[in-house]
Amino acid sequence: MYEKILLAVDGSENSLRAAEEVIKIASMNAECTVDVVYVVDFSKSKNEILHTQGREELDFSRRQRLFPVQELLQVKNIPYTTNILRGEPGPTIIKYANEHAFELVVIGSRGLNGLQEMVLGSVSHKVGKRVNCPVLIVK
Amino acid sequence: MLEKIKKEWFSNVRADILSGAVVALALIPEAIAFSIIAGVDPMVGLYASFLIAVTIAFVGGRPAMISAATGAMALLMVPLVKEYGHDYLLAATVLTGVIQILFGVFKIAKLMKFIPRAVMIGFVNALAILVFLAQVPHILGESTVTYVFVGITLVIVYVLPRFVQSIPAPLIAIVVLTAVTLYAGIDMKVVGDLGGITKSLPEFFIPNIPFNFETLAIVFPYSIALAIVGLLESLLTASIVDDMTGTDSNKNKEAKGQGIANIVTGFFGGMAGCAMIGQSVINVKSGGRGRLSTFVAGLFLMFLILVLGDLVVQIPMPVLVGIMIMVCIGTFDWSSFTYLRKAPRTDAIVMLATVIIVVATHDLSKGVIAGVILSAIFFVAKIAKIKVTENYMNDHAHFKIEGQLFFASVEDFVDAFNYSIESTNVIIDFRQSHVWDDSAVGAIDKVVNKYNENKNNVTIKGLDSSSEKLVEKLTIHNKSFVISD
Repeated sequence: MYEKILLAVDGSENSLRAAEEVIKIASMNAECTVDVVYVVDFSKSKNEILHTQGREELDFSRRQRLFPVQELLQVKNIPYTTNILRGEPGPTIIKYANEHAFELVVIGSRGLNGLQEMVLGSVSHKVGKRVNCPVLIVK
Repeated sequence: MLEKIKKEWFSNVRADILSGAVVALALIPEAIAFSIIAGVDPMVGLYASFLIAVTIAFVGGRPAMISAATGAMALLMVPLVKEYGHDYLLAATVLTGVIQILFGVFKIAKLMKFIPRAVMIGFVNALAILVFLAQVPHILGESTVTYVFVGITLVIVYVLPRFVQSIPAPLIAIVVLTAVTLYAGIDMKVVGDLGGITKSLPEFFIPNIPFNFETLAIVFPYSIALAIVGLLESLLTASIVDDMTGTDSNKNKEAKGQGIANIVTGFFGGMAGCAMIGQSVINVKSGGRGRLSTFVAGLFLMFLILVLGDLVVQIPMPVLVGIMIMVCIGTFDWSSFTYLRKAPRTDAIVMLATVIIVVATHDLSKGVIAGVILSAIFFVAKIAKIKVTENYMNDHAHFKIEGQLFFASVEDFVDAFNYSIESTNVIIDFRQSHVWDDSAVGAIDKVVNKYNENKNNVTIKGLDSSSEKLVEKLTIHNKSFVISD
């Protein structure tokens, strides 16, 4: 079974569901490690700096987005690491996944509507298309 | 040292050169538009963008940040240029630089933390509104073709990036629409109608002004406003670049660097500038990480003007206006509307006040200063809430104090007591309170005296050590009460 899984999260409901799928897969193999990745979106940087007073508050609010997923993994005793990356979410996840030779990428779909998807582009769609290993998109 | 230079300049050469070139292309329309806002020749903004970018590449504190002629600064200069002309602007620019260096030397950057986010949000929103309002005269009352061209420009800059990412969409809009205008011979206001482009490098000269106290009195208010606004936007931009790249930067060095860059640009005929949020984001997004990217942006911009100067004057004004509308939309903080509903009432008021004052006075520095003062007052009012809880026992009356006791809360403190009691033991409990200043001590004195008039014995309890030190001063001359733990 898979030994190296990348779990991309954005702090939403869907990334929790993705985490649950990861747990199902990872529990089948004791050797399996999960890398939980959160991408700080370039285009949101200005907004987030404006709306937080100082770096500590901002860093904390980002780490908070990882907490629920971390908790799920901890409860099930699945070994994991966390990483905060910076860039445009889609390409950054793809680059990270391909450079670190993951065997499986798991990502939640954001569930945008048709118009939003046209304007913003779907991260999970991009990841699914361009990552070299199998990708599990969780709805 | 050498190691550091190597890392800051040459660790990302290829991407830095590419992103610098992209930024140079995006800078040209803005530098021209901001010159027009300030009421000077396009060359003044273009020279400024070249000189500031190149200088700051060496002396700035934040690698990969882009500084050039900006809207925030241009808006502040309008009255100075209108009344006194170009040379006074250059003098003001040099003085702005001197003030900013002093800010850097005295580590003013640290004071940034006293500027609440509500004021910063108000600042960017007001900036976007003012730059937008400056575009309106170029649209209203012009021909129908003007509206059409503004519209087409907006469509290009918003739709095209979906399909083409390698070339900045504003540049495509400029090239295509200028070509169409020239080819079809459409009669429209062009950049050249508002000022000429000289295809030469900037030269050193001393601004032609009388060097006396009167000149200083004219220029100084503008310089101080420019220095404050320039630093504010630069340090905000630096935090954004810090965050995007996940690295740190030296804010005091940046303040000094901005100062040096402004002195240089002032002596070479350019207008005062500062860091630009939008351009710096473009630079980092395009892969720029090192000082080289900023340097290339400035250099390539000058190169383009020297080569293509004749074409730049042919750019139709409506296209430039369309691009500036895009810049405004990008600058405005659209989450402000949610912020107004969700943030604490006082924060929302500070944000709105900042915007309203700036739009009313056309002066960003006034809005920021008013916003900071207003939020300081709100803060004092918030922590000045003091609560006194009375409790009557068999042998004594117990007053529990909750809150901070200082100049703003003493009045409520004195009024909160019940002075009708007579001949009992009065205990005033300060465990949930802190005594801050002499007016607080004075208030305690007043309360004690009032109780003593009615033959009560007053005991003050639970002072923390620094409060006790203050109150002990009182016991020197007033022996009518006891301090106990």
